[in-house]
Parts: sequence; structure tokens; C-alpha cells
Amino acid sequence: MTDTTTGIPSPDPTRMTAAAIADGIAAGEFTAVEVAEAHLARIDAVDEKVHAFLHVDRDGALAAARAVDERRAAGEPLGPLAGVPLALKDIFTTEGVPTTVGSKILEGWIPPYDATLTKRLKDAGVVVLGKTNMDEFAMGSSTENSAYGPTGNPWDLTRIPGGSGGGSAAALASWQAPLAIGTDTGGSIRQPAAVTGTVGVKPTYGAVSRYGMVAFSSSLDQGGPCARTVLDAALLHEVIAGHDPLDSTSIDAPVPPVVEAARNGSVEGLRVGVITEFRGDGYQAGVMRRFDESVELLAGLGAEIVELSCPSFTKALAAYYLIAPSECSSNLARFDGLRYGLRVGDDGTRSAEQVTALTREAGFGPEVKRRVMLGTYALSSGYYDAYYGSAQKVRTLISRDFERAFGQVDVIVSPTTPTTAFPIGERADDPMAMYLADLCTIPSNLAGNAAMSLPCGLAPEDGLPVGLQIIAPAMADDRLYRVGAAVEAAFGARWGHPILEEAPAL
Amino acid sequence: MTVIDLVSYEDALASFDPVMGLEVHVELGTATKMFCGCSTALGAEPNSQTCPVCLGLPGALPVVNATGVESAVRIGLALHCEIARWCRFARKNYFYPDMPKNFQTSQYDEPIAFNGHLDVQLEDGEVFRVEIERAHMEEDTGKSTHVGGATGRIHGASHSLLDYNRAGIPLIEIVTKPIVGAGERAPEVARAYVAELRELIRSLGVSEARMEMGQMRCDVNLSLRPHGREKFGTRSETKNVNSLRSVERAVRFEIQRHAGVLSSGGTIVQETRHFHEEDGSTTSGRVKEEAEDYRYFPEPDLVPVAPDPAWVEELRASLPEPPRVRRNRLREEWGLTAHEMQSVLNAGALDPIVATIGAGADQAAARKWWLGELARRANEQGVDLIALPITPVQVARVAELVAEGTLNDKLARQVIEGVLAGEGEPDEVVAGRGLAIVSDDGALGTAVDEAIAANPAIADKVRGGKVAAAGALVGAVMKATRGQADAARARELILERLGVQG
Repeated sequence: MTDTTTGIPSPDPTRMTAAAIADGIAAGEFTAVEVAEAHLARIDAVDEKVHAFLHVDRDGALAAARAVDERRAAGEPLGPLAGVPLALKDIFTTEGVPTTVGSKILEGWIPPYDATLTKRLKDAGVVVLGKTNMDEFAMGSSTENSAYGPTGNPWDLTRIPGGSGGGSAAALASWQAPLAIGTDTGGSIRQPAAVTGTVGVKPTYGAVSRYGMVAFSSSLDQGGPCARTVLDAALLHEVIAGHDPLDSTSIDAPVPPVVEAARNGSVEGLRVGVITEFRGDGYQAGVMRRFDESVELLAGLGAEIVELSCPSFTKALAAYYLIAPSECSSNLARFDGLRYGLRVGDDGTRSAEQVTALTREAGFGPEVKRRVMLGTYALSSGYYDAYYGSAQKVRTLISRDFERAFGQVDVIVSPTTPTTAFPIGERADDPMAMYLADLCTIPSNLAGNAAMSLPCGLAPEDGLPVGLQIIAPAMADDRLYRVGAAVEAAFGARWGHPILEEAPAL
Repeated sequence: MTVIDLVSYEDALASFDPVMGLEVHVELGTATKMFCGCSTALGAEPNSQTCPVCLGLPGALPVVNATGVESAVRIGLALHCEIARWCRFARKNYFYPDMPKNFQTSQYDEPIAFNGHLDVQLEDGEVFRVEIERAHMEEDTGKSTHVGGATGRIHGASHSLLDYNRAGIPLIEIVTKPIVGAGERAPEVARAYVAELRELIRSLGVSEARMEMGQMRCDVNLSLRPHGREKFGTRSETKNVNSLRSVERAVRFEIQRHAGVLSSGGTIVQETRHFHEEDGSTTSGRVKEEAEDYRYFPEPDLVPVAPDPAWVEELRASLPEPPRVRRNRLREEWGLTAHEMQSVLNAGALDPIVATIGAGADQAAARKWWLGELARRANEQGVDLIALPITPVQVARVAELVAEGTLNDKLARQVIEGVLAGEGEPDEVVAGRGLAIVSDDGALGTAVDEAIAANPAIADKVRGGKVAAAGALVGAVMKATRGQADAARARELILERLGVQG
């Protein structure tokens, strides 16, 4: 049997799409346990090199797979992703399974409860293989800020896999899992997808429950699906999205028809916006070349291309680096060493205050400390209006720019990130250079709308993947999938194979 | 310990004009906490009423308790406040171990209710209007118990125990505008305000507002300014003044202390102060040279609260009669003097009396039982009147039995005793103890015959025309029947038996 979407030959389930795996299990071609074992074996074989996982939950994965097989044997109906393995970003709580958020401060913490997203995955019969590496508290664009060491990009292990969700993206790109979960506060799903040649979606803010997702910046954080194909992302999107009474900011409305859209890719007659501000200094030539080709491809598929200006986008990065640190300075205050996680210096001679100070000093890495300090300063009395207040005004202006733009076009496209994967260590001492990786992704977090990154080729100068970003208005997540599926199919036809086939063997 | 020089109260008031600000926290009586589904019941095992949300575990998120919002709106309306059309929660950031998230979810510059007033009536009937600045929603903190120190305060303690059962219980903080013009009556106004607020909260049914249980807590801010000066002086903030008497004493003490400092050329330091129940004094707590920076910002995990104006109007229309208005109305209806009404209020008997009247008793009887026998027993046991195990319906039945002649007062007291002892309804106690007045001629006739037979000399006197001597025979009958006889009927029977006209 050969998978028609990707051409990956069976019976190796690690090379299959999630859709094909689910179909195969449902049809009895193989069992969920066989699929889980194949993926666990792949993890054993390659993850020492890649370091996508912080924790592999072998027993939990096999138990979940067995449960799916038993349900199938009993004739019970299975969901569309039952038995499909998944790599879960280590930011979602998992009852009984460690959750570190890539930080030493939560080392050893075993959550007593499942995040809503975790629960939905389990209920859907998805097999969670383990927890993936990430920048500490999702703060970073390279996964170098993980307290547990960096993750390598499967295209070139000396390069970053993006961040903060580098572990999830690398797990997909190295065939360790067909599905993964990321979270996107400023680009942490989309930028890793772009630099690893995978698909990542930041749904509309409020589409996926944040309950049990360890907070970085509450008003920006959004969980979302990561996959190797647009359809797989849509199938996962449908499982994890939907109203959750435990999250007050969760949208109480039906999930847009993302799977239906992914199965019916089309841009015929669609108005596609190209933003003037998303090009220029700092954009790698090869990235812009692939982006411009993508725009031509869209035009060739029948889309109308509209050039737009969104002047306030140039201030998005500055606003983001006031809002996100401000919220994180408050969100991270609870890590005080008193109730859970790391505790340092409690030798019977020190006060609770001193123990908290020592714990935070030892438990947080430099980037987390930098942002906590920035945020504390930005919220201080006398500075609040100038910093946090102004940043909120910029946020409003960005939303208005988007509103105006979406008055003229149905979706916006841009490069996902200005460059391809850079070498590990290159920007480690230059936070500003690191922050620029999220230049094109941050506006959507500030406005709360939906955005996707999908592969649009390899940059000629370095042979590394380039991501195309598609942005849709809030609650129109289905447009991402309709356009994404059309682009994916057109590029697939041009290349003759999925782009990941070009990645070197590990 | 620094010596505090106090100026006499009269001298202090001769030179200075007190300005007060009262901040009252009320724990709402909702079944669940403000942002999670945990129980708010008091007295549970420490940390048994907690969940990921109120423990602030990583990833947990708050959800607003709708009943908490409704209670806040009703309190705001009862205080004649404007109700915000749209308001947000805010995070108040500071580190303290009893606060699991190290920020308190509160409200900052967008309170749910603002700009109101509460009219309070002093004992002589004078009405003083206290302006309300705001009433806002927030969550309570956990409770720290400091172990090993001498004072129970953190200083000198070897360790502290934390109980998060209280963390997240809904609080409404009610803040007055500066209370000026109370002059020498400032302590009395403060007390009357807190008392009136407590009555108001109870009348709304949103909290029992029991200060001794910490359900209502008061901070007293006070400053003095020389007579004639517009500008306020520096204030002190006396925290956790938790009884009506203490509120009055704290204001009085701080007036005398401030006057002492100012009169000797000193300056008042802006600080928090601890109140001491033992002697009514205050001592320095934490100096607030710079206002503490709580880095407030809108709570991003909660959506704004936007009460529908139509719903607010429904709540307004369903507010109960304000306690002060109700008290004055009842006083007039019952024809009581101000002093008599005060006795009712001081005994905490107003609501039981109203309920007893509602159950059919007349006002005088209801008042007599609650202020007499029941108040005495409550006092003996050291409990509130309403805590006695007898209902207004039962008291009304006792009064009815007296009114119809089944019981006299002495027997009625025994019936009450029986009800309080758990012997059942009044009628059951009457039957069980055999307490009804004996007035049927058969049983009574026997007792009369026996009394005449046992006292032949007295019987002869009566037969001889000394009718007044019959009293001794009635007494004998009463004694023999242990007070259960109908005394008037006994007398009739005695005279009849002895052939004398009454």
C-alpha cells in the first residue's frame, strides 16, 4: 500500500501521515500498538542526536495505544485520530507525567491534573509519546533557552529548530511523530514550522483552551496543531479546539470547518494581501525569493494579489516586548519554591523570602530573568502609562491595520520568518537579533487572529526550508486550511514529493 | 518599646479635626470560591478545600463566580452606588506565601460599584451620611499561622503553617470617602457605620458578616488636621480592627495618639498599625514611606464584567428595605420608645421578634419572650439569641398557648426549656411533661376537696365569712398541682364547696 497524499510507502508508520495512520488502524491494517512501537523505536534511534523530547512516556503511550486497539476490537467507534502518536510540548500539564516548561524551576514536578488540551487528546484516542523540548517558559526562538539543552534541526543538527516549540517541530521533521502540539505567543508554532519544513497553525486566540497550559503571556498565548501536512494539522485542530468553561477567554462558538477546508483547497477568486512592511533589511534573499514565488503561484492558481500597507506593524516587536514581559513577570511570580517544583536554600536558617529569592535565582535562566525584570519595570508605577499603556495602544493600532486590510483581502501572506535556520549559538548572546525572528509572526498574536506556516521550498543559498505564512481574520481559521491545502498541493505537484523527503537521513 | 504620649480626648478635639477612612472587607457567603468550584465552608481540615486554581498551580485559570458578581452588584446598589457598565479585574502583584499566585486578583481603577453613600443613625437619633468611594470584588488570601514566636506574629516565629482553604473566597472591599465633620463623634460614627454596614450586608443575605469569624474585617485610616485647615494630615492605617467596640476604640486611640505627636511638634509617619484588643492601643506595623508598588494591570485571564443594565434594575427593584428605615418603621408600628428599640437591637432580637410576629404572636408577647426568658438563656450560655435552638414559630406557639389559657407564664417558661432541651415542639413538651393548666372540674375538684380536708381551720374561717382566707386554700391547691391549676377556677370551686358567695 502506498499513501496517496505523501507517497510514503507503508508499512513504515513513521513515514505516514496522521490521516493515513488513523485510516490504517481503523481498517485493521495495523494496530495502534504497532504504530506506537514503531515511533518509540524511531525515538530510540534518533532522538539522542535531535533531542526533541524531554520525557518519553513509553508506558503511557503503549497503554493508550492498547486502549484504542481494545476499543476497535470491541467495535466501538474511533475518532479520526485514534491511535495516532503525538509529541506534546512540555508546557501542557499531564497528570502523573512530568511537566517542566523547559525550566529547572519545575524540575521534578508531577502535575496532579491534565490540561484541557491533554484531556481532549486522550479522549480522542491520540497516543501521547512524550513531552517535547522548548525554550524555557516559551521564551525564545531557537530552543536554546531550554534548561535541558538545545534541540537540533533535523535538516542540519548544528542549526536551531526554531522556538520556542523547537522540540515539537524537530520531532515531526525527524519522523519521530506525525503530529505535535505547540504554543504560539509570538511565533513559537509558526517559526519552528518554517525552519523545519513542517506545518504549524496558531488558531484564533481563544480557539484552543489555555487551561493547563503553563502561562507565559496570557493575552497572547495560544496552543495549536503542528503536523507534516495541512490536512493532518486540520484533523488535530478539530480535536483540540472548542469552548472550555475552565478558560474564561475561550471562544464559545462552533469551531470553523477546518477539516472540510483542508480537504477542499482552493484560492480561486480569493483576494490575497501582501504587506509592504514585511520585506527589506534583515530578510534573507533566498527567503524572499521563495516567498515571491509563492505569491506568483497563488496568482497562477487564480488568486487576486493586493499590495497593502500596515504601518503600525513596524512597532509590533516593541509593543510585544513590553506586553509579553509584563504579563510574564506576574505569571511567573507563583514560582517561589514554596509549594511545588525546585526549592533552594531551605536549610532551616533562612526565611521564606530568602528561599524564594535563592530558588528563583537558581531556577530561572537568563532570558526568563531578563523578561521578568523588563516586565516588572514596565508595570511599575510611574512607568506603566509610558510602557505597558503605550504598548496596549500600539496593539489597538495593529488590530485596526488588520481590520482595514481584511476589509480589502481575504487572507494575508508573508514570509513566516526573515531567515532560514541559523546556527546554534549564533544569536545566543544577541537577544535583539533573536527577537527579529518573530518580526512577521508577532502582529497576529497582538491582534489575536489566525495564522499558519507551511513549507514553500528551500532557500537556494543554504538549502534550508522556508516558510510561507498565511494570516486570516479571527474565527476564519478555515481560510488558512483552504489556502494552505491549495498551496501544498501545487508545490507538491511541482516538487514531486513532500519537502521533508529532501532532509538528510539522520 | 517606644512610649506613646496620648493627649486627652477632649484636648485632642479642642485642637484638631479628625478625618477617617474606613475600609471594610466582607467575605461573601457564596457556596463556592470566587474563581473556582471549591467549597467555602468554614472549619474544614486545612488545605482540604483546594484545587489547581486556588492553589495557583502552573496552567490553572480562574473563572468568575456569577453569584459573587451578583452579590457585589446588590451591595453596590444597597449603598446607592453607580454600577459599572463594564469593568475588569486587575492583578495586584506582591509576594507573600499565603497568596498562591503571588498576585491577588482584585479590581483597581474599574470597581464594579462606586460613588454611593450609607446613612447611619447614632444612638441619639442623629443621622450621619457616610460617602462611599467604591466597592470592588477580590479574592481572599490563604491563612498563615506563625509557630514558635511569642506574639503569633511572623517576627520570632520558627516556621509558618499555610492553609489555603480561605484562598480564593470572594471578598467585597468597601471603601469610604474621607469622613469629615464627625468631630468628637468620630469614634461613634465609625462604629455606627460598621454596624449599619453589617446590618445591610445581612439584610441582603450575601454574608452573615460575623466579625468574630473574620467574615467582616475593618481597617481604620485616621488623620488629624488643625481646625480650619482644608488639607488633610498624614494618615495611619490601623489594620484588622475586628469588632464594633474595637473600631470605636481604635479611632479614639489614634485621635489621642496623633494629637500627642502633633502637639509636641512631631510628624505622623504614614504606616500601618496593629490594634491590640487587650488595651485598645495600636502599635507601629510597617512603614509606608513610599506607596507600595503593586504593579496593577488588567487581569488577562478574565474577560470584562459587563452587568446588563436591565438585570441591574431587576436587582435594584428586589432590594430589601434598608435596615435603618425598617428599624424606624417597626419602632413606630410597635409604639416603642427609642430606648426600648435600642434594647431590642442590642439584644439582637429584631429579626426573631419580627419572625415571631409573622408566625402569629402579638408584638408585646414576642418581645417579652425574646428579650426576657430567651435573652437570659442566651446570655447564660454566651451565645447569640439567634443561635438558640428554638424557632420564631415555636416561640409564637408558646405565646399562643399562653393567650388561650392553656399555659401560664411559669409553665410557658418550662415549655421553652423543654424546646431548648430538644424535647420537641411546644405541644409535645406540654404533653410530654404534662404541663397544661388543670381546669377541668374533676381533677381540680379532687385537689380542692383535699385542700379543704387538710386545712379544716382555714375552711372554717372561710365558712365563717372570711372570704379572703380562701387564698391560703388556693395556694394549697396550686402547691398540690405543682402550679398547673387554673387559680381562678380553683377559688370558685373552694367557695362553692364551702357555701360562700365570692
